[in-house]
Amino acid sequence: MNYAEKIKNEWLGNVRGDVLAGIVVALALIPEAIAFSIIAGVDPMVGLYAAFCIAVVIAFIGGRPGMISGATGAMALLMITLVADHGLEYLLAATILTGIIQLLFGVFKLSGFMKFIPRSVMIGFVNALAILIFTSQLQHFVGETWVMYSLVALTLAIIYILPRFTKAVPSTLVAIIVVTAIVIFMNIGVRTVGDMGALTQSLPLFALPNIPLTFETLMIILPYSVALAIVGLLESLLTASIVDDMTDTDSNKNKESRGQGIANMIAGCFGGMAGCAMIGQSVINVKSGGNGRLSSLTAGIFLMFLIIVLGNVVVQIPMAALAGVMIMVAIGTFDWSSLMNIHKLPRTDAIVMVVTVAVVVYTHDLSQGVLAGVVLSAIFFAWKVSKVRVEKSLSKDSVRTYEVHGQLFFASVTDFLAKIDYNEDVKLVVLDIANAHLWDDSAVGAIDKIEHKFEQRNIKVELTGMNKESSVLMDKIGGLSKASGH
Amino acid sequence: MFNNLLVAIDGSDHSKRALEKAIELAKLEGNSNIELLYVVAGNKSKSDVLQYGDSDTASMKRKRMLLPIEELVESAGVTSKTTVLHGKKGAAESIIEHANEGSYDALVIGSRGLGAVQTMIIGSVSHKVMKYVEMPVLMVK
Repeated sequence: MNYAEKIKNEWLGNVRGDVLAGIVVALALIPEAIAFSIIAGVDPMVGLYAAFCIAVVIAFIGGRPGMISGATGAMALLMITLVADHGLEYLLAATILTGIIQLLFGVFKLSGFMKFIPRSVMIGFVNALAILIFTSQLQHFVGETWVMYSLVALTLAIIYILPRFTKAVPSTLVAIIVVTAIVIFMNIGVRTVGDMGALTQSLPLFALPNIPLTFETLMIILPYSVALAIVGLLESLLTASIVDDMTDTDSNKNKESRGQGIANMIAGCFGGMAGCAMIGQSVINVKSGGNGRLSSLTAGIFLMFLIIVLGNVVVQIPMAALAGVMIMVAIGTFDWSSLMNIHKLPRTDAIVMVVTVAVVVYTHDLSQGVLAGVVLSAIFFAWKVSKVRVEKSLSKDSVRTYEVHGQLFFASVTDFLAKIDYNEDVKLVVLDIANAHLWDDSAVGAIDKIEHKFEQRNIKVELTGMNKESSVLMDKIGGLSKASGH
Repeated sequence: MFNNLLVAIDGSDHSKRALEKAIELAKLEGNSNIELLYVVAGNKSKSDVLQYGDSDTASMKRKRMLLPIEELVESAGVTSKTTVLHGKKGAAESIIEHANEGSYDALVIGSRGLGAVQTMIIGSVSHKVMKYVEMPVLMVK
């Protein structure tokens, strides 16, 4: 397939499926975009503009057709303190900077670096995200009456029971319509979206954030932008892999990173908050028959159309209905199979997963949880590979042989050195490192040290079986060592 | 009579018993073949990608899981073929569609797959399949 045909296929290969799925996704996106805005502490329009801008831009320049991006919970959770301390304009600036970081990430083809994030950290990330989305809803229950509780219960009941009868309409949408209708017609005085912020029925306008362009400003937004960029790419590339698997096709991860970056830069310029790919919405899209670029474009445009036409109805949606939807999102985001399999995982992997979750829940910052998980995994890894096995044998003519198995590097040399007995009365010591690998300066130093110590006692040391890489290293560093002459 | 069978498998114990019965059935006549059908539904994609890192690795793990099952069929002197469907729809819908499109003498399926809890929430795949597949179905308990 040549380039033009590929483009044509990505856009027009599945027009009917893409348009229908796009409409379904738009309907499901609205409550989420509003709820995520409320989590971040900004007006609902900020999330809706973000969802619109990102979905439309990604349709053109994303690397994974059929994936849906927009305002997400993971990103919203990172913004809370920035918005609370510095306000919306700083959030928009941080969004643009996030985009620039992500764009650079894609330009320099760094998506391969994601492999340094262990799977147990990814599972912890997803589970922590689900827990945070859930706990972020608890504030809406404070000081409420049984009326609000029962509306939430009704919302959840419709969401989970309706699909047993029909899957033609998204059950979340039906739940929201029914609960909103009940509140309007029975005139129940519960809090609504309108109480949380204004909804303007207009298209987003281009405007650069109104902030002082100083070094100080940069220092305020940079930590947020780095965290947003990492979390955004993490969720986007994970979602891309899930869509790859669902559709049994491949995708361009670096192109997706660039696309996410540009989409966030544009969102920030049009008054939207930073976003990324959405696992739940992408699954809904593919299940509804969408797999092309048209589905994301349709979702974005139809969402904006609905807000402009139905804005005054949207503000009447009770918070109870949104809280119900968010609880559903949290339940759907959580990787339940990881709980079922936790006893089957290696102990260290399970610990990494739990620690990732715990750090996120404690700090309310997904990027810190990921960092803690990665560092802990690295420590566990070093600990595991730093186990060096030494087999001793003594020949008749008093030649002591040490057969070394394992990786010799900074973390393992202490353990290794402790296994050598310098006070033995032998003629010759043979250090067989055919099954060992020297990795760094410390390893070379350890060999030198052994030779030196035996030499003091007039015992010769013979080094055998060194592999090629190790001897190259030895030659480079170990000018002192006589063994390098072998 | 029954020498062209479709067997839906998901790696559960029920589906293994279903396969054993299918092999017994296929061996009654010579020259039989069994098509093994494995469906990767949406949520399965999510948990597999999380567990194995990416789609390629997940596919490889699935192939590795299916290999001994294929060998089991082949060792009984029955020709086997494996189809992996990536479920844009649910597992049940994918099985029904695939079964009705082909020409099989029968579909063999376990009475339940993923376990009691999920059966209660999602509704039994087997139940749906029984209802909509247009051919004899052997459900193995």
